[in-house]
This record gives sequence, C-alpha cells and structure tokens, in this order.
Amino acid sequence: MGSFIQYTLQGLASGGFYALAALGLAVIFGVLGVVNFSHGSMYMLGAVGTVVALDEFGLSFWASLIVVPLVLFVFGVLLERGLVRWLLKLDPLYNFLLTFGVTLVIVDLVKRRYGSSGMPYDTPAGLRGQIALGGLELPTYQVFAALLSVLVCVAVWVILVKTRVGMIVRAATEEPDRSRALGVNVAMWVTPVFGFGIALAGLAGVLAAPTRSVTADMGTNFIIILFAVVVIGGLGSIFGAVAAGFIVGLVEAFGQAYAPAYAQVLIFVLMAGVLLVKPTGLFGSGEHS
Amino acid sequence: MPETTLSEQLPAGQTGTPVLEVSDLSAWYGEAQALRNVSLEVRVGEVVTLVGRNGAGKSTTLRSVMGLHRHISGNIRLDGQDITSRTAERRARAGIGWVPDDRGIYASLTVMENLTLPPVVDRDAAWSLERIFEHFPVLHTRRNFPGTKLSGGEQQMLAMARPLRMGAKMLLVDEASEGLAPVIVTQIGDIIREIKKSGVSVLLVEQNVNFASTVADRHYLLAEGEVVESLGNDEFQSRLEELLHHLGM
Ligand SMILES: Nc1ncnc2c1ncn2[C@@H]1O[C@H](COP(=O)(O)OP(=O)(O)OP(=O)(O)O)[C@@H](O)[C@H]1O
Ligand SMILES: [Mg+2]
Repeated sequence: MGSFIQYTLQGLASGGFYALAALGLAVIFGVLGVVNFSHGSMYMLGAVGTVVALDEFGLSFWASLIVVPLVLFVFGVLLERGLVRWLLKLDPLYNFLLTFGVTLVIVDLVKRRYGSSGMPYDTPAGLRGQIALGGLELPTYQVFAALLSVLVCVAVWVILVKTRVGMIVRAATEEPDRSRALGVNVAMWVTPVFGFGIALAGLAGVLAAPTRSVTADMGTNFIIILFAVVVIGGLGSIFGAVAAGFIVGLVEAFGQAYAPAYAQVLIFVLMAGVLLVKPTGLFGSGEHS
Repeated sequence: MPETTLSEQLPAGQTGTPVLEVSDLSAWYGEAQALRNVSLEVRVGEVVTLVGRNGAGKSTTLRSVMGLHRHISGNIRLDGQDITSRTAERRARAGIGWVPDDRGIYASLTVMENLTLPPVVDRDAAWSLERIFEHFPVLHTRRNFPGTKLSGGEQQMLAMARPLRMGAKMLLVDEASEGLAPVIVTQIGDIIREIKKSGVSVLLVEQNVNFASTVADRHYLLAEGEVVESLGNDEFQSRLEELLHHLGM
C-alpha cells in the first residue's frame, strides 16, 4: 500500500509536467492551429534557465518559478511575432516544420553554451527530504510539484471557463473560422496565447529541474511523450490534454516500478489502445479539422 | 423541362435601398468553378431566398458573401460599400450575420455563452437578451445547457438568435428548415417574419420551396452556379409545381 501511494505520487508529479506542457500545447493548437514542435525545447529552456538563473544570477528556485516562465512568455511572443505568424495562412505543416527547425537551433545553442552533460540542480531548501503524510514518508518535493501542477491546471481551467478570454479560446479551439465569421477578434489573442502556452512548458521545465538531469537534450524525449499525451487526450481537447498528462505520468511511474524496461513502451501501448477504441482520443470530439 | 431565362426585371413595388449587392460573383474550388457571374441584391427589410438543387452553389454564394470562401472574383457591397477585400471578421463587424448550414453552435459553450460570444456590432440594432428570450423562450429555459445538449430545432433558434443579438442588419441563413419537424419549421417562419419586421434583411438558402414561398418577398433560382431566374413571390407561388420539378423534387 505504501509503495502504491509512492508510485502514485511520483506519477502525479511527473504527470504534472506533462499536463502543464500539454495544456500549453493544446491552447496553442486550439487558437493557432499550430502543432508546436518546439514545446520540448521550451520545457528544456525552462529547466536550463532555472539552473543558469541560480549559477549566473543567484536567483533562487522560488524566484525562477516566476521569472523563468515570464521570460519564456516573452520569448514565445517574439517567436510568434517574428516567425510563426508569417506562416499561419499556409498549411499547418509549415509551422510544424518551422518549430522543428527552431528546436534544432535552440538545442544546439544551449549545447554550445552549456555543453551536453547534465547540469546539477539541488532540490530547493525547504522542499528537501521527506514529509510525513498519513503515516507515510513521502518525498516533499514530489508532493510540492504534484500539488503546484494541479493548482496551475485548475487555475487555467477557471480562466477558461469563467472569463471572456477563456470563452474565446474555447470557441476558437472548436472552430476558428466560425468564430471569425461571428466577428470574434481571435487574432487579438493569438500572440498572448502562444506566449502563454510556451510559458506553461517553461513552468514544467522549472518544476522538473530538481528532479531530472538537466541537459540540452532533455526536451527531445519529452516532446515525443507529449505528443502521445495529446493524442491520448484527444487533439484539440484542452481538458483531455491535462487528464492524459496525469494518466501518462501515472502509467510511466508504475511502469518504471514494475517493468522498468517497458515503462516508455507502455505509454505508446496505451496510445495505440486508445486510438483503436476511440480514434479521436479519450476526450476529443474529432470536430477540429 | 421548360427553358429558364435570366430575368433581370424585379417585381413591381420593390424599390427600397439595397443592403447587399453581389455582382458578377464567380467562385472556384481549385480548378473547378462553382459560381458563374452570380448577381443578386437584397434590399432593406427584404427576405430573399436562393433556391436550387444540391450542389447548385447556394452555400458557396453565402460563404463568399461572408468572406469565408476567398477564391472568388466579382464584387460584394454592403450598404453601398465595397467589402470584397474585407476579412470575414470585418464583414461580421459591418453587420453581416452568419447562420451556417451546420448551425455552428459551439459544443463547449453554454447557450448563454454562444449568444454572448460574438461582439455587439450595432448597439441600436442589437436585440437585447430580454427580446431574444421573448422570441426564443426555449433558449431562456436552456440558457445554461452546453450547446451539444440542444435539439436540432433549438440549435437552429440559437443560430438565428446569435446574429440578432450582435445587431446584424443582413442575415445569411443556410438551410434553416433542413431536417426539422414541421412545427419547428413553422416557428422558424414566424421568426423570419419577425426579423423582417424589425428591418433586418435576410438572404435565405432553401431547398424547401413551400417554406420559401411562405416567408420570402423574392427568389433567385440557382442552377449549376448560375442565377437562372429571379422571381417575385407571386410568380414563384404560381409556378411552384414547375419549380419543384426543376429542383428534382
Ligand atoms: N470544399 C469544397 N471543395 C471542392 N468542391 C466543393 C467544396 N464545397 C463545395 N464544392 C462544390 O461546389 C459546388 C457547389 O457547392 P455548394 O455547397 O455551394 O452547393 P449547395 O447548393 O449549397 O448544395 P447543398 O444543397 O448540397 O448544400 C458543388 O459542385 C460542390 O461539389
Ligand atoms: Mg449547401
């Protein structure tokens, strides 16, 4: 029972990284129709940025939690304004390729500057060690990471459901053309939504920094799993992305515990299974074309 | 089948100012031409239908007027202003209301959100929510339901209410009566007459010519992407049999 809870927690913690990043990917896809391949590198930049912020600017983890996503938001805005925007009218494949190219450039630049070996990052003081919860000793940082991810996802959910911006994002996600024909100014939200999506990937990176080996390549594997997450949740379903993020985290954690060699394979078996039973994903309606 | 001729004459008594003027509109899907020099106009407070067989180009005409289909040539004017190069969003803001054939209800938005998502583009013309709910009581009952939970008829009501709440002056309605029970079609007819009374113009795509003859002032007959006849409602009604035959019904 104790180990079951431990694995669950571990799954929710790493699932939180997937959920946050997938949420960003989903809102970007929803509003822009762009599958952002560079999302993995933004996650990596979040983690590397956290390490660099401490090493070079003495910024604490807590400060990084705010500053790094903000910097990535600005980076996302520039990327959208400078590059992505110009290809929006073309086949979505062009932006997929563009963001793939951006990924290669970013990863190489990071390698040039910081090398390819792991950059160590200590668990922040106050979140080290174990915490006693209901008679169990659980890693404090995992509890923190899982809770914060859930909290941010819920907060974003509230924004989506309760605010006018959220309503526009939901509407545009369903059918951008129709929204325009109803006079909804979708264009106004394109840049901030892109920046916001990137910031979410960055936040996932910050949270991951103390738990993973921080390298220039850490986004490569991440983006592949992230695509599986989005497919499982249903492309175009914002809720599905979040739910699938946590599900995949759990599958991975239990896989690593009981069949470490197959942990990753399991995720793709799950993806294949979902596709066989429901090709539009667990929460997808298949309406977005 | 009797030979149809392009008649440019308009029925007597229709001399109002045009709201929508479409001239020489041609449209393509890739290489295939879907519309050939379609010209039509809708005047203030008029209800005009566009009838024609499946694939005649009715939806393409509406989508081109809305700005959703861009591969076109020709000219589209709203209130005398050339809007041909404007985006769909700007056309909507200029007062063109879109009621698509799939009704276009957002599944992830509630009825209330579906109504309030589009901006109010003309404060004076816009129907208040009270007025909307007075004419569409069912929308009030279901205001907190998600869009998907509505019946076809309710979705159609919502789709028509939405541009009214924006204050649109020119409604483009694609197959309002399609797939609906006769009672609901009657209600839709009442609403169209109500819309007309408030001075809003309607361009209505219809396959149901009987229904069309109960709500419209004039009709354009579209065949293979061309306007082949323009008829007043009296003539339309007297030639209903022939038209049904033409439409293959
Ligand atoms: N997306 C598309 N791609 C290619 N051809 C199309 C497309 N949409 C319509 N067409 C073609 O253009 C022509 C006109 O189609 P349109 O949908 O305007 O007809 P319609 O009169 O609305 O028919 P219906 O009564 O079936 O709705 C048809 O020949 C149709 O096959
Ligand atoms: Mg049609």
